[in-house]
Amino acid sequence: MSMNGKPKFAMYWAASCGGCEIAVLNIHEKILDVDANFEVVFWPVAMDAKYKDVEAMPDEAITLTLFNGGIRNAENEAMAHLMRRKSKILVAFGSCACAGCIPGLANLSTREQIFEAVYDGISTDNPTGLRPDFQWAAPEGNLHIPEFYPVLKTLDQVVPVDYYMPGCPPESHQIGAVVDLVIQALHGNATLPPTGSVIGAGTSTVCDECPRVRNVKTIKQFTRIQHLTEIDPNLCLLEQGIPCNGPATRSGCGALCPRASAQCIGCYGSSDSAFDFGARLMTAFASVMEGKEPAEIERILDTLPDPVGQFYRFSLAQSLLRAAPLVLEEEEQYATHQH
Amino acid sequence: MNDTFEPVIIGFTCNWCSYRAADLAGTARVKYPPNIRLIRLMCSGRLDPTFVLKALASGADGVLITGCHPGECHYLEQNYKTLRRYLMLRRVLTQMGIEPDRIKLVWASAAEGVKLAQEITDMVEQIRALGPFKPRYPMPLNPSEVADVQPVAERGTA
Repeated sequence: MSMNGKPKFAMYWAASCGGCEIAVLNIHEKILDVDANFEVVFWPVAMDAKYKDVEAMPDEAITLTLFNGGIRNAENEAMAHLMRRKSKILVAFGSCACAGCIPGLANLSTREQIFEAVYDGISTDNPTGLRPDFQWAAPEGNLHIPEFYPVLKTLDQVVPVDYYMPGCPPESHQIGAVVDLVIQALHGNATLPPTGSVIGAGTSTVCDECPRVRNVKTIKQFTRIQHLTEIDPNLCLLEQGIPCNGPATRSGCGALCPRASAQCIGCYGSSDSAFDFGARLMTAFASVMEGKEPAEIERILDTLPDPVGQFYRFSLAQSLLRAAPLVLEEEEQYATHQH
Repeated sequence: MNDTFEPVIIGFTCNWCSYRAADLAGTARVKYPPNIRLIRLMCSGRLDPTFVLKALASGADGVLITGCHPGECHYLEQNYKTLRRYLMLRRVLTQMGIEPDRIKLVWASAAEGVKLAQEITDMVEQIRALGPFKPRYPMPLNPSEVADVQPVAERGTA
């Protein structure tokens, strides 16, 4: 039990950008409720605590852990196991932990390709072509840096997860609602949803929350929103030829982007009814497209230059295929090498 | 590629045409290789790209999609959607570094048993030449395959 008797709260970031932590702080004065009801024991962004402090805690000592970020390297994975062991409730927080998000798109590239981009890129000054050495024998002893994995995994591909809270980042009002719910549950005034539930989001699609009017109009080409000078404020974006991911994306954000005349990019991940986000989108896009002849269809598809980026922008690591086979081959070799 | 490789192909057929074409092939004793497992849908338009990706992720080496000829769909226009999805899928597979020829779209009317049998035979050889779809990295296909999580309620919340 903690010093002041309050249940413990932790938040950890693995392979992520830090936007999730900002979203948590963005719940404004509700953060005081967090402080009033929880003892924050571990939150690298906000306070000083060491991994060894967490290791020293008894198992399940932390009541609630929000874990954001994907599993990109050995440190991320070790922390996922540690936080799982020390937490009663482990929440995959944000799109990276739930579905891989933008870092998951690296699953199209091998490690070497990623290193090339990072260490030999045009903005990098690296004349000797230096690469990270995961182990290094220094005079003072052997140094280790965490192994960079061939693919990015979602949190639940590494450890069991209690709840999923999608979004890039999750909307602050949704975070506030979840915090309220957990506090109410701690006081015995509410029950938590079944394990494995998606919390802080809807079950339907962004289209259901979007006020724009849908007709049965079909489109002759896709257009990048940046190339349009005028967007009809009332008409469905997809019907205007803007590749909007609303039809497959989980509701919960209130259709923020389409309301602001920007296409939904799919950060809340698959809705309850979609098994594979990209496959559902392909179905939806095929339905609004014109074209009965292969040549005509190919011409329309040419206006969608990056199909995987469009269909799997936030969920490649969680998709049915997860990664390009080339990358997987590399991982297999890696796994064989390890054992 | 080893000589013992027998491709596994999942074939989606339409209730009104290609399934009957396969049936006709059987009635007429037209042979086609046993590498294909046919699944009947009411219409090729029912084919969600999820089915194709799930088949590949679950161990299939190729997927055959069949439907009524353009203009002859029992549900009027749904096979055009299939055509669009198929062409989209090919692009996605290509970008993922997967040979797009692992999937194939064939139109076959209920009278075209011989044609369908020939297309299946051709596809088996096509996939045999491509080799096994490996390595695979499927996600757990149903939640029960995910490691057991003790429900939060049983662990207590305080």
